[in-house]
Amino acid sequence: MNRRWLDANPWVWSLIGAVLVWGLTVASVEGRGGMETLSTALGFATFYVIVGIGQMLVISAGPGNIDLSIPSVMMLSGYLSMGVMHAQDAGLVLGVLVALGVGLGAGIANVVLIRGLNIPPMIATLAAGFVMQSMTIAYSRGSTAKPAPLLLQFSLARVLGVPVIALLFLAVAGVVAFVLARSSFGRSVLAIGQNARAAYLAGVRIPRTMAAVYLVSSVLASVAGLLLAAYSGGASLNMAEDFLLMSIAVVVLGGTAISGGQATVAGVWSASLFLYLIVTMLNVLGVGAGLRYVITGLIIIGVLAVSKSRPA
Amino acid sequence: MQREVASAGGAPASDADPVPRRRFSGRVLLPAAALAVMLAAIFVLQPRAMSYNGMRLLLGFSLPLMFAAMAQMCVIAASDIDLGLGTYIGLVNSLSALLLADRPLLGVLSLVGCVLAYAGMGAFIEARRLPSIVVTLGASFVWLGLALLVLPTPGGASPAWLSALVRLKPPLVPLSIVVAVLLALVGHWLFMRSSYGVVLRGIGSTPQAVRRAGWSLLTARTVLYGLAGVFGLIAGLVLTGLNTTGDANFGAPYTLLSISAVIVGGGEFFGGIVAPVGAVIGAFIMLLTGSLLSFMDVSTDWQLSVQGAILILVLGTRAFRRRRA
Repeated sequence: MNRRWLDANPWVWSLIGAVLVWGLTVASVEGRGGMETLSTALGFATFYVIVGIGQMLVISAGPGNIDLSIPSVMMLSGYLSMGVMHAQDAGLVLGVLVALGVGLGAGIANVVLIRGLNIPPMIATLAAGFVMQSMTIAYSRGSTAKPAPLLLQFSLARVLGVPVIALLFLAVAGVVAFVLARSSFGRSVLAIGQNARAAYLAGVRIPRTMAAVYLVSSVLASVAGLLLAAYSGGASLNMAEDFLLMSIAVVVLGGTAISGGQATVAGVWSASLFLYLIVTMLNVLGVGAGLRYVITGLIIIGVLAVSKSRPA
Repeated sequence: MQREVASAGGAPASDADPVPRRRFSGRVLLPAAALAVMLAAIFVLQPRAMSYNGMRLLLGFSLPLMFAAMAQMCVIAASDIDLGLGTYIGLVNSLSALLLADRPLLGVLSLVGCVLAYAGMGAFIEARRLPSIVVTLGASFVWLGLALLVLPTPGGASPAWLSALVRLKPPLVPLSIVVAVLLALVGHWLFMRSSYGVVLRGIGSTPQAVRRAGWSLLTARTVLYGLAGVFGLIAGLVLTGLNTTGDANFGAPYTLLSISAVIVGGGEFFGGIVAPVGAVIGAFIMLLTGSLLSFMDVSTDWQLSVQGAILILVLGTRAFRRRRA
């Protein structure tokens, strides 16, 4: 493989990593259950992918841009949507609408704070997240949080062993990749990320583009919250606690530039698979939670150090 | 040093604002006023809080938070951010609860190792020019993992001297206020008065100028992260003394709380603009939201909302003042 092609496609590294880790896992159990492992990993990794795509768009829009409200949006969306569904199929449509409403509302709140009040994105999304988190905590008292049976089936459904949600978000990832590469919106996001001043002078409508980026991130997080709550049979207060760190980790490991201006959707997918398969492998090998965290952390730092040492 | 620097977000409209500021204008006065209002409200709602013991109970858990805020401020001074501080405090909490009482030597060595690891992280970030947000994020997994390795389930014990230390009752003024004043003075001297403090803040605002003036960026960032490691260490030790036990997850909330405290206290994410006195005040503001709510008979479920609202209020005001300046 040629060097230039590799530099332009940094997601290949995490894909290679994912394949290696999968191979090791399957080898360590003498080849049994390889497809089952992969299928489960695809299902779980999908949740990282959903929020990762949103975080990737935000981070690509330039230094300082980050969405720290993702886990709070997931929690609020999961609880409210499960709450209005009452575990009935009749409430399914309303539940989905409520989830999307949470996403839109959270996105608008973030945009108002960032663009309207001129608050740095990190603190704006953090503060909005605080508010949503305490809304969830207050709401969660005495509410039932079980999904509609149809939604539960959908979140667990498989076609030829492949989870339906994984297929769905493979398609979504394809669309996002196309939009980033070919549409004027996608090019605008990357242009702002590379040089906001130059983009402004070139006529890119910055406020509109930035608003869209944060809206998409929040809506994706709310969809992830809805699906994760269904997938795990109900919403819980700690269901999203890993997702702040993971949403950033999959973006960076996948090869998206943390300084913005360069994004790879394929990287989000391969890094999500990679990270989830590592957890699976360490589980299979009987490694405890502590060592698992240490190894995950070292991998995140190590991959970053290695990838940054190559000339940009 | 006291100039505003372009804020982030990529908006051309919010580019560099050349208006110089007086030393304390707004940056510390605004949070100080906010704290005064909060305290006044608490005293009106609950007059009994206005006594030695009342204040002692009210401010008991301000000790770990003010040291956490000072640690976070060291990192923010370099225009970096530390997303792993909370789990680091959890690691110190676990190590000290497990080792300090029974095997003091091993305990002290492990804690020194923690601080060296923090300083090393700063050197690593500078040497490889890595984004701090991702390195500290990865490190947060490492600290949490190590804490779970040494203390898989909550337990251990605080050494007697440590518990006694955090329960000291100095005459007239409760311990947390004495420590807060001392910490604010030390921080102020270190960052705003000492000559090396200018270098430390300088790497957050104009690293090129600092380098051309002959200072090592590597040393400065290592020192800043080392200081953060020391303050984080104290936060973890105090937490052990207060809780008299260790838990890998105890420290987690301190990441976001410490960032909030620094920002509410007048610090900025970019440009090496920090306010040590403000950071300590910010820590008190964040802590008192809970007490204020319970005195107002509002469920503490809403504490996070109030903390979020305070952040929005303070930063919204600051951005508004900047636009008019």
